[in-house]
Amino acid sequence: MESELTDDRTDRRTVAVTVNGRRCTAEVDVRKTLADFLREDAGFTGVHVGCEHGVCGACSVLMDGQVVRSCILFAVQADGHEVVTVEGLGDEDALNPLQQAFVEHHALQCGFCTPGMLLAAVDLLKHCPDPTETQVREALSGNLCMCTGYANIVRAVRAAAPNVRSG
Amino acid sequence: MKPPPFRYHTPRSLSEALDLLRESSGDARVLAGGQSLVPLLNLRLAYPEVLVDLNQVQGLSYIRDDGARLRIGAMTRQREAEFSVVLAERCPLLVEALAQVGHPAIRNRGTVGGSLAHADPVAELPCVMTALNAELVAAGPEGERVIAASDFFLGPYETALDAREILVEVRIPSAPGPRHASFVEFSRRHGDFALAEAAAVLEGDGSCTGARVVAAGPAWIPCRLEAVERLVGGAGVARTDGAAQRDLVEEAGRTAEAAVAALPTHADATPYQRRLAAVLVKRAVAQALERWSRN
Ligand SMILES: Cc1cc2nc3c(=O)[nH]c(=O)nc-3n(C[C@H](O)[C@H](O)[C@H](O)COP(=O)(O)OP(=O)(O)OC[C@H]3O[C@@H](n4cnc5c(N)ncnc54)[C@H](O)[C@@H]3O)c2cc1C
Ligand code: FES
Ligand code: FES
Repeated sequence: MESELTDDRTDRRTVAVTVNGRRCTAEVDVRKTLADFLREDAGFTGVHVGCEHGVCGACSVLMDGQVVRSCILFAVQADGHEVVTVEGLGDEDALNPLQQAFVEHHALQCGFCTPGMLLAAVDLLKHCPDPTETQVREALSGNLCMCTGYANIVRAVRAAAPNVRSG
Repeated sequence: MKPPPFRYHTPRSLSEALDLLRESSGDARVLAGGQSLVPLLNLRLAYPEVLVDLNQVQGLSYIRDDGARLRIGAMTRQREAEFSVVLAERCPLLVEALAQVGHPAIRNRGTVGGSLAHADPVAELPCVMTALNAELVAAGPEGERVIAASDFFLGPYETALDAREILVEVRIPSAPGPRHASFVEFSRRHGDFALAEAAAVLEGDGSCTGARVVAAGPAWIPCRLEAVERLVGGAGVARTDGAAQRDLVEEAGRTAEAAVAALPTHADATPYQRRLAAVLVKRAVAQALERWSRN
């Protein structure tokens, strides 16, 4: 039992996750986080890894439509599920209304927190299509911006809300 | 940081999960929402040999009202409970507390049972379940047993659960009559664990006939403040008597200060935290009375 545990590759599984509509399959250690799977195996490096213990929100993704932290989920737990990362929201030629509003309202500086902010905002607007400033602040309270550009982020989310509703 | 190696199981049934716990001789941990356990793994503060993931076990996620009590399955997500119509109507206190647990992304995964089994000294749910006189149902190799909330929390991150047991359900007894309640907390940043918190549950129709008041923060576990309960529940204050209620709130504040000072507080509890807990008790009592009189 001892030797089995010292070799951590003994417990490996094949996982298949639908990421941004594409099926991604890889054999991974059971201890591999979903964040690392998305970055290293599926190639979606828009998943940013900050604190790695659930506190900063940079690694937020949607799993089955709900915002979750991919650094405190294991890749094996996402087997058979659908994940959306920031790459799945839009692309350079066709930005999602939230992404567009972030550009227009200068809601990003270095951009490290931005994918997590966007995905938390997607989850918010699904429950609450016309949020007040307080509701936006509350929904994004678990996402830290080290550049501290919070005021513009809140403005951008509120500005995007009508376009998300009609889109 | 990355989690240490472990072996991983995904049982489909409770009995399979219990067998896995029994076979792995104490060094197995149950994985529920993972919102406390996985951070501990990533920080290398926990090194279980085996993880028994409950996420595929059938039948542990539900909210039912059987008249005599509300029954909540341990794997019910905190976010699901927060939006439950049954709970909004039958136990708004729990909904009020759930909305203050971490952030939406945490509550999307975190479970009701996981929060209780984790037993953080300032977690919202242990405080509220103590105030609601809840019962916790544990399944183990010898069958099920029911543990009162007041006997369940033993210390920081320590509960009456045996390593081979799984918490399967929380039961909240229905009040015989109307119940009015309030939960308040103070944390430095929105969504952080609170520095202190308080819950007050009042019973009675025309006049207040009983109270349960619980504070958490300065002690290692949520504590009932019996002196405050006797005062508020025993004053027989009428629903419509605003002046008497204002006096009662002031007195409750003073009584709370003495009651918190008498608690077995832990070494890290600052005078500020004790003072804060007493103020929050006063606010919870005031808000519960106000809700009652508005009703
Ligand atoms: C950034 C952040 C902020 C947070 N803020 C708060 C907060 O303000 N208030 C708060 O209360 N919590 C907070 N949490 C913790 C969160 O509520 C967790 O979800 C909860 O503490 C544990 O529930 P879980 O389902 O995630 O359990 P897990 O993390 O899976 O498990 C926690 C522990 O309980 C045991 N366990 C879980 N379920 C069972 C069961 N059914 N039977 C037996 N043992 C079991 C596990 O073995 C483990 O030891 C926060 C977490 C994060 C990451
Ligand atoms: S990297 Fe996941 S929450 Fe910080
Ligand atoms: S824009 Fe730099 S961390 Fe938020």
